[in-house]
Amino acid sequence: MTDQSLHPPIVNVALMPAMAPPADVRPGPVTWIKRNLFSTPSSAALTICFVLLAVWLLHQFLSFAVIKAVWSGGRDACRANPEGACWPFIAEKFDYLRYGAYPVSERWRVDLTQTIGAILIVWLLWTRAPRRKLAAMLFFVFYPVAAFVLLRGVALLHLPVIDTTLWGGLLITLLMSIVGIVFSLPFGVILALGRRSDLPMVKAVCVTFIEVVRGVPFITVLFMANFMMPLFVPDYLTPDRLLRPLIAIALFSSAYMAEVVRAGLQAIPKGQYEAAKALGISYFDMMRLIVLPQALTIVIPSIVSTFIGLFKDTTLVAIVGIADFLKAVETARVDPNWAGPTISSTGYLFAGLVYWAFCFGMSRYSQSMERQLARGHKS
Amino acid sequence: MSDLSLSVQSRRSISLHNKKVRGIFYQLLLAGSLLALGLGVGVQTVSNMRARGIPLSFGFWNESAGFDINQALIPYDALSTYGQAFWVGVVNTLFVSLLAILLATSLGFVVGIARLSQNWIVAKVATSYVEIIRNIPLLLQLLFWYNAVLKPLPAPKSSIEIPGGVYLNNRGLIIPEVQLHPGAGLVALSSAAAIVCCIALWFYARRVQIRTGRQLPVLSVSLAALIGFPLLMFLAAGEPVSFIRPQLHGFNFQGGHQLYPEFAALLIGLSVYTGSYIAEIVRGGIQAVPKGQTEAAYALGLPPGKTLRLVVVPQALRIIIPPLTSQYLNLTKNSSLAVFIGYPDLVQIFAGTVLNQTGAAVQVMAITLAVYLAISLVTSLAMNGFNRHFAIVER
Repeated sequence: MTDQSLHPPIVNVALMPAMAPPADVRPGPVTWIKRNLFSTPSSAALTICFVLLAVWLLHQFLSFAVIKAVWSGGRDACRANPEGACWPFIAEKFDYLRYGAYPVSERWRVDLTQTIGAILIVWLLWTRAPRRKLAAMLFFVFYPVAAFVLLRGVALLHLPVIDTTLWGGLLITLLMSIVGIVFSLPFGVILALGRRSDLPMVKAVCVTFIEVVRGVPFITVLFMANFMMPLFVPDYLTPDRLLRPLIAIALFSSAYMAEVVRAGLQAIPKGQYEAAKALGISYFDMMRLIVLPQALTIVIPSIVSTFIGLFKDTTLVAIVGIADFLKAVETARVDPNWAGPTISSTGYLFAGLVYWAFCFGMSRYSQSMERQLARGHKS
Repeated sequence: MSDLSLSVQSRRSISLHNKKVRGIFYQLLLAGSLLALGLGVGVQTVSNMRARGIPLSFGFWNESAGFDINQALIPYDALSTYGQAFWVGVVNTLFVSLLAILLATSLGFVVGIARLSQNWIVAKVATSYVEIIRNIPLLLQLLFWYNAVLKPLPAPKSSIEIPGGVYLNNRGLIIPEVQLHPGAGLVALSSAAAIVCCIALWFYARRVQIRTGRQLPVLSVSLAALIGFPLLMFLAAGEPVSFIRPQLHGFNFQGGHQLYPEFAALLIGLSVYTGSYIAEIVRGGIQAVPKGQTEAAYALGLPPGKTLRLVVVPQALRIIIPPLTSQYLNLTKNSSLAVFIGYPDLVQIFAGTVLNQTGAAVQVMAITLAVYLAISLVTSLAMNGFNRHFAIVER
């Protein structure tokens, strides 16, 4: 301790002078452009080509949809303008595109059904919402019954019965998608469990069903439902013309959902199964309480992607004479009263925007869910 | 251990508490109910078909179909049988699917790689393409191409003329017909010779490079041979190949080959739609290749293009191929949307016209499903073989 003075102290006694704050490391706009757009001569050439392409496409789109479009006036204004979209056409056909020929006085029933559905779906998909089990219960059990009562009508409840031939437009598209998801999830889970079963007969039946349905186009399944189902059953049991494609869509999406669920089941570590069995938990309780909650959570993004596919596939029901949203657009666009040079393009543009908004929204949800799940696994 | 459990089980009576017995019981129950359902449906179907006068046999197969098909790749006319109509449909489905697979794959690879480009605008344009196309139903895209792009083209009389005798109108794209004169065989022969030379050169260049590291100018020499050989022979044999320019007679063109708008719309729609999915698969596959591989290639002095071609893509292919297979199958199945725009594919001809004319719904649907299942099976097998070829060889 005494020889401390012989050595200079190891630790500096005086404070070091403060350093200057670091220079801004973020590149300025010029650096950014140089680095991301003009790094090499070939990159610069590509940049010029693609900027021109992007500007041209955007200009085409904007000039058709906004700048040169007809916003007010009637069919004559549209006929006189071959360069822009005809939005009055969409405005007039809007209700037809939403409800089809559903009676005007009863359309509140469609609105109510869709509102309840939207609330339940938001409740179900919003991960921080309280009591999501109740929401699932309501959506998968109560909602189909309520929707059936509201949309079709029950004379006892003073709701006149609306024949399904009058249904159409977005109503059908949403109905098809909701029926698809409500039935395909439980059936998909059953098929996936069956496919992983130890019982060879059960496994064979499930594998055959899944692979056959996944191996054929949806159109052929629709054709089968439409032409063959009436042959399979006695005349008095012949399903309604709207019910047949609904059955087809439920079966078709079940097979795809089964593969999604199977991926989730396979991703659950074997230890979970073994621990449950070691505790003497029965097969059904093990699946219900331990495996499926984990498996289904992992595959939420894939379930949403499957649902997007299902939503897009509902357009095909037009082939068996069901007037879904796209078919309604097709019918509206050939209306001789509105014949004009840009009616078709306007109809397709509007349909494209609607489908795109739905699908893009869902895919964004699926991506955010994926990130959330990935974070959950990291921590 | 096993002896013990066996003896315990054998002593137990046959009851539902025994797991094995329970399993057998459930399976018998399932088999029984399926059998009952099948029998019930079968009996009901046969009686329904009898009652409605629908044929129960495949006898319609050899009957005359009586309708014409405007785009047949194999000989067919209105007097041909339903069986021949079926084969026209199968060939058309396969033809459009194969072409669309080629186009979609090229498009998908280009866009997928472009999405990872260092160039901001290239990546953004590629991303927009994928995000727009993937989120719009294929049917809407097909209808758009057909009804909003190809159908509003001018009538044959006021066709858009492209230099070289090519005409574009609302009945399709009409290109000059190739006519062969004596001596054309020599040109074909010289082309074949050029291809053989190119393959030989490629093998030789590879051996030279492996032995000495020297690279031979394979590409330029091959191109020169492929173009030069047939051209020289063409001139030497006195120009034995001529083109018949399509001529406008009345309301339509005569002579020349016609590319129908139904076919073109289906081809464009399928390629653009599936291309966006393939782009995502390619991007995922490339991103899954560890970054160290690229860095190592740069450290060895490989330029970016060669790094991508020789180092990254071959490794990414292993990840890409399985989902790519399912996209190919999806595309083939999606080609059935042809029925909406009137391209005569299997579903349109067979499950549409033939089913309506004969009424034999069960037989026709069974055959149609069998064809698609067979295509699925063959493609899966082929791609599995391809996959095995590309799989990592474990040491």
